[in-house]
Amino acid sequence: MTQQIVELQGVGKSFRSADGTARTVLDGVDFHLAEGEIVALLGQSGSGKSTLLRIMAGLIAVDGGSVRYRGQPLYGPARGIAMVFQSFALFPWLTVQQNVELGLEARGVERKARAKRAGAAIDLIGLAGFEGALPRELSGGMRQRVGIARALVVEPEVLLMDEAFSALDVLTGERLRDDILQLWDGGAMPTKAMLVVSHNIEEAVLMADRVLIFASNPGRVRAELQITLPRPRDVDSLEVRALIDEVYKLMTVGEPPAAGRARGQPAHMHLSDRLPDADVDRMEALLELLVDDGHDGRADLPQLAEEAELADHELLPLAKALALLGFADLADADLHLTVLGRRYVEGTHTLRQQLFGQQLLAHVPLAAHIRHSLEQAPSGELREEPFLQLLRESLDAAVAERVLRTAIEWGRYGEVFEYDFHTRLIHLPVGDAPASDGTPKS
Amino acid sequence: MFDKRYYPRLAVASGGNRWDWAFLPLVLAVLFALAYGGSQMARPYELGQSLPISLDPWSLPYYLLRTTLRMFIALGASLVFACIFAAIAAKYRAAERVMVPMLDILQSIPILGFLSITVTGFIALFPGNLLGVECAAIFAIFTSQAWNMAFSLYQSLRTVPAELREASDVFQLSGWQRFWRLEMPFAMPGLLWNMMMSMSGGWFFVVASEAISVSNQNIKLPGVGSYIAMAIEARDLGAIGWAIGGMLVGIVLYDQLFFRPLIAWADKFRFEEGSSEDTPRSWLLTWLRRTDRLQRAGVRVGRVLERTLLVFRRDHDGTSIKARPKPPNATVARVWDAVLAAAVALAVVWLGRFIHAEVGWAEVGHVFVLGFYTLVRVLVLIALAALVWVPIGVWVGMNPRWAGRLQGVAQFLAAFPANLMFPVAVLFIVRWHLNPNIWLAPLMVLGTQWYLLFNVIAGASSVPTELRYAASNMGLSGWLKWRRYLLPAVFPSFVTGAITASGGSWNASIVAEYVTWGDTTLQAIGLGSYIAHMTAIGDFPRIALGIGVMCVFVMAMNHFVWRKLYALAENRMHF
Repeated sequence: MTQQIVELQGVGKSFRSADGTARTVLDGVDFHLAEGEIVALLGQSGSGKSTLLRIMAGLIAVDGGSVRYRGQPLYGPARGIAMVFQSFALFPWLTVQQNVELGLEARGVERKARAKRAGAAIDLIGLAGFEGALPRELSGGMRQRVGIARALVVEPEVLLMDEAFSALDVLTGERLRDDILQLWDGGAMPTKAMLVVSHNIEEAVLMADRVLIFASNPGRVRAELQITLPRPRDVDSLEVRALIDEVYKLMTVGEPPAAGRARGQPAHMHLSDRLPDADVDRMEALLELLVDDGHDGRADLPQLAEEAELADHELLPLAKALALLGFADLADADLHLTVLGRRYVEGTHTLRQQLFGQQLLAHVPLAAHIRHSLEQAPSGELREEPFLQLLRESLDAAVAERVLRTAIEWGRYGEVFEYDFHTRLIHLPVGDAPASDGTPKS
Repeated sequence: MFDKRYYPRLAVASGGNRWDWAFLPLVLAVLFALAYGGSQMARPYELGQSLPISLDPWSLPYYLLRTTLRMFIALGASLVFACIFAAIAAKYRAAERVMVPMLDILQSIPILGFLSITVTGFIALFPGNLLGVECAAIFAIFTSQAWNMAFSLYQSLRTVPAELREASDVFQLSGWQRFWRLEMPFAMPGLLWNMMMSMSGGWFFVVASEAISVSNQNIKLPGVGSYIAMAIEARDLGAIGWAIGGMLVGIVLYDQLFFRPLIAWADKFRFEEGSSEDTPRSWLLTWLRRTDRLQRAGVRVGRVLERTLLVFRRDHDGTSIKARPKPPNATVARVWDAVLAAAVALAVVWLGRFIHAEVGWAEVGHVFVLGFYTLVRVLVLIALAALVWVPIGVWVGMNPRWAGRLQGVAQFLAAFPANLMFPVAVLFIVRWHLNPNIWLAPLMVLGTQWYLLFNVIAGASSVPTELRYAASNMGLSGWLKWRRYLLPAVFPSFVTGAITASGGSWNASIVAEYVTWGDTTLQAIGLGSYIAHMTAIGDFPRIALGIGVMCVFVMAMNHFVWRKLYALAENRMHF
């Protein structure tokens, strides 16, 4: 039996938004981190994976459930747990050396001993020669190396990585990841377990012994995947490709059927469901990509991600949005064009916008609701607040705002409604009289 | 066993390098000046005894020393106050709710108000010694310096980036360690800028703080302020000229010897990523960094601070029972709320009775009308200043060759106490028999208009180059160019400048609406002259009333005008 280091049982967390309504971010999450393993957490933004990481770091207190570190209840940041930040979180006024020494200084380690240990960590991570540099003089990759050295120098048992490579360009991120894996597998690290929060599927599959996929609203573990392949893993090997495909599939099956919703049916949206963060330009470009380049209307997601040079967290919402609007089908991590989608791609701009508007009204209840309300309003215009209020009932304030922005962008493009930034009014497109028959303008 | 080798150059090599030697005279001179000035501050003094002030230009350096010394002592006190205030207000929610509004009010109280209330107390503190009067003067300067520094520090502590705070928690920094490693460095640039502004603010009230003529006192402390007061009494325009010259020298000196090195040093605390095009430089700092001995002494001081970092560390981590979060005590919070509400209610009742008994409600209405006059002046003058300075600022900002140089000049002008120019205005008004209600008004923006200028210059020079190219490519010209391109582009920085300028103008109205030259006193009808007049005759209830009404006006203006414009600028006109 392997030794558990961190154990979370039935952990729940909700945040209070600005208007006082509580929103559950995590609900009944069980999680454990054992000695000798790397665990990756995957999920959409807002699924609570970063919150979970911060709970383990002792930065956020839980509302319910228990958090234990080595059997002890955890009330705050523990000495044995260190963290690497997405934005590096280096102190810009301290040199590389001083940044790395920070954790040791906080522990009261004497100057000489500090310098020695920091020097060793700096050498280990390949920063030798940069001791006296200020972070602003370094490139992103070098900065994150400082972040990693700062975490390793305190000899943590657990290393938490919060999207540590996502702020870096692909090449640098991959190199840094490989370096870390090399240190881990070579036993050069004092660390006994790592938790990696990521939205890069490939990264998770290459690094982790266990991949957990999070569902959102509220965040909970939807699926778990054990990976027993030895490291270093080759991205192009069949096994790894199959695993990546599998994770894509797990992430795109849609939310597990809620009460009254049958599995296998195209997910029917509710009024205040979250809209995928997809902008129209990219959706269009993706559709065109599906037709061109010999895809003949069908491609699998990992391949698309590579060709479109999009990160997973950018591609997935696009694919979901296309599926939602009926321009493409999303099944088994494959995206293929529907008849309507083909008509769309072949159409002129006017036809495209018309089709878009039509599909928007048919499949996105929020857009239909806005349009309907506008038609009821004698002036043909309404303030945005009531719609935001409606969304906030089930979504976090920031998310609600984003969903409405997406709806407005889509609505503008489909000429279903327009929006005035200055007055914050949503109104019918010019020329559409209020109380018309409800079809978009042609 | 000991080392028997002979070191012939040891004596020379250990004596520091040539930079140390070159530095020695400067250090000695500063030390001597400080010691001399300090000793003069604590001389025996009996109330009623008059201190001789000479209008001889040669005594100006001495006066300058005394004034500067007072200002730096006040600045030090302000710094300590700011640290304590900000640390407490940022840490305790309960304290914050009282302290921040309190500071907001204190900030709008004019310096003369503080002086008239405290001067007798300070004098009683050190009987038979000049130190009491000195303390009163220093306190008066302190009240013109401390508030904005405290606000700046408090704001910085509140806005420390979340991820850095998280990092400091994860790596177990204690409160003390976090203050020195994270919060103070992060706050440093803003704090320094505010210290510079505070020094300028101190100069503005130098006459009022040194030539104490409130509460039936008439004391003139040796200093530039008293020199100017004497010159005004004696109608000696030449002496005013000398005083202006002396102050210029003083401002340049402390800018070069104190602020410039500090700002060049604090450049490393800038939080923005990427290197800015112009890093501030200081010859003195460069020099200091080349010395050997002084450098080592500095490092030693740094080590002491570092040792305290090791001592005051966290003694437990998140697994200890001590880290267990205590549930917030609802009863205490409710009691605190009740106490606050009761205090506010009591204050309102007390205020009502006070006004009723001491000044009467008619007077309150009258003072509000006076406030309205001053409001009109402030608004009209800011608009006029904008008409003049916005086009000039835009033109300068678009010419990078001029922008760098003139922006420095404008900042310097903002630091210069404009009230020294007031006597000239009085002569002018008296000579041509002009209406003081109109012609005293420009004095209010004399010192504050520069904020408009240098903010607009900064705004115009940060217009993206591509936007400039696009505008010229499309052939924008004339009014269209201003309406669609230039004015929106500089609007956010204009608002920033106008907020500062308007706040400063209200404060300046107290000195600008009530100007004295010898035995001629010119008054403009307004809130500023009301306060100045009541201060001169020592009528406390009416001083309090005037100050209270001014607070109401300033806060209303901030709330209803500037904050709205600021939000507009933030939302809509942002690159």
